[in-house]
Amino acid sequence: MNEVSQFQFGIPILEFTYILASVLFIFGLKMLSHPLTARRGNFIAAIGMGLAIVATIMFHRKNGEPIGNIPYILAAIIIGTAIGWIIARRVKMTAMPQLVSFFNGMGGAAAALISMVEFPHVSPDLIAKSGMANGHVLAILLGLMIGTISWAGSMIAFGKLDGWIGDLRIKSLKYLNLTILAVLIGFIVFIMTRHVQASSELSPLIYIMFAVAVIYGVLFVMPIGGADMPVVISLLNSFTGVAAAMGGFLYNNQAMLTGGILVGSAGTILTILMCRAMNRSLLNVIVGVFGGGGQTKTSTTGTVKEITISDAAVLLSYSKKVVIVPGYGLAVAQAQHVCHELDKLLDEKGVEVKYAIHPVAGRMPGHMNVLLAEADVPYEQLIESDEINPDLPNTDVVVVIGANDVVNPAAEDDPSSPIYGMPIVKARDAKNIIVMKRGMGKGYAAIENMLFYDAKTRMLFGDAKTTLLNLVNEVKSI
Amino acid sequence: MENISGFFLQNREAIFLVILSIFLGIEVISHVPAVLHTPLMSGANAIHGVVIIGAIIVMGHADNTASMILGFLAVVLGTLNVVGGFVVTDRMLEMFKKKE
Repeated sequence: MNEVSQFQFGIPILEFTYILASVLFIFGLKMLSHPLTARRGNFIAAIGMGLAIVATIMFHRKNGEPIGNIPYILAAIIIGTAIGWIIARRVKMTAMPQLVSFFNGMGGAAAALISMVEFPHVSPDLIAKSGMANGHVLAILLGLMIGTISWAGSMIAFGKLDGWIGDLRIKSLKYLNLTILAVLIGFIVFIMTRHVQASSELSPLIYIMFAVAVIYGVLFVMPIGGADMPVVISLLNSFTGVAAAMGGFLYNNQAMLTGGILVGSAGTILTILMCRAMNRSLLNVIVGVFGGGGQTKTSTTGTVKEITISDAAVLLSYSKKVVIVPGYGLAVAQAQHVCHELDKLLDEKGVEVKYAIHPVAGRMPGHMNVLLAEADVPYEQLIESDEINPDLPNTDVVVVIGANDVVNPAAEDDPSSPIYGMPIVKARDAKNIIVMKRGMGKGYAAIENMLFYDAKTRMLFGDAKTTLLNLVNEVKSI
Repeated sequence: MENISGFFLQNREAIFLVILSIFLGIEVISHVPAVLHTPLMSGANAIHGVVIIGAIIVMGHADNTASMILGFLAVVLGTLNVVGGFVVTDRMLEMFKKKE
């Protein structure tokens, strides 16, 4: 009797919580897309998640049975929370993109594991009634496939951004990938057309399918490199969303369904927006070769001219308008604080200093803004490249710090260049250009940069942080 | 054919929900400034951690050791996704807030 009344009491609460959670997700996502409300939006979505988790543990029933193994579940949650919290707090801001990729992979793996456990448990009644070709089995198989691809792909993306996995570019790879994808779909069709009494008879196939999906995920991301990485992560992010939604189908769970699909569609749009920011199509990113592959016509003629720290300091101090173009090199050298120091010093001397932020400066859209905000650079000083470009001809000095591809004129001049068509910061329009670089190495896209050979360009070689520190001291002494 | 129409009828509410959610996702995200692309991606990343609910259900009804172990792993990884995702996003957004 008691159980029945609990049943009636719990389910409405659970369903209500799921609706509430879905609403909080939507609000959270909406608020995340405006700078002022973003942080609260994140918090609101987190509350929705917390409510959904607690309600599931307390009120979920499967055929009238409550959730068991609660101590183990709590233990798993505590372990996951501890690890997640520590990693997320400790990792440096520059490593943020690979961290997002890592956590995304974890979600994909969870979705794949759920499918693996659920596959042998498809109800025999359902199989007797409609065979293996039912929505349940389809949701499980798709969840497995998409979740696994997302996990494997994210791990490769993580390794690439972290610098311990290189790019693999073989022309035939795209045909191989298409074949593997066809094989995966073949697996789904094959499993769903078998005539069996119990799904567990087909379990070995699931593990083979898992292995094939891992291979696909790895090979899918291997050839993609350079500035395209954020696009891939965003795409894999929406994959995981879809994988989570498959779980929603499976358990008839509205929170999983809305949460997953919301991320799936929002993630896809975000991916397209990112592509647009770089003037590339999604298909081009996935199957095209970016960097290294293309041959550039431009031969390296001309000489590179260096400038001394003191000359640079004088040049900057007596300018009216200075624009700083920060790149990944600045982030890696952790030089954003010194950089801000320089801009404050110049500001005191009456120099107008602005930052030109390229959409993919750093490694991800918005990454550079985060890093500079960390160093307290006021938001108003950060100008997007499209906005600042018309202003550059009136700018006395452009200081390029650890950036390369985003100021490469080849994007405008050289149709054969792999970055042709990408919007750039038109640094060469300025009256003077100072480039801070570690050496004459190439950028992430591995192509020559003619800007460095320009008559107006002067190079300052060395680690960005050391060079900036020296520069700050020189400017102080003027 | 019967299977397909049956599936359609059975899941029509879910399909409804999916279609509406797709449009909602698109609507909610459009016109976001490039500055917020990364935090937004990260926030969305945390939200699909909702897969943890499935992991909890798996574990809560696990009837053998294998399911139990896989379920346990799924809950740990799902929690990593949720907690890590939200905390990282918060850390990124913290940077924007300071100079109010």
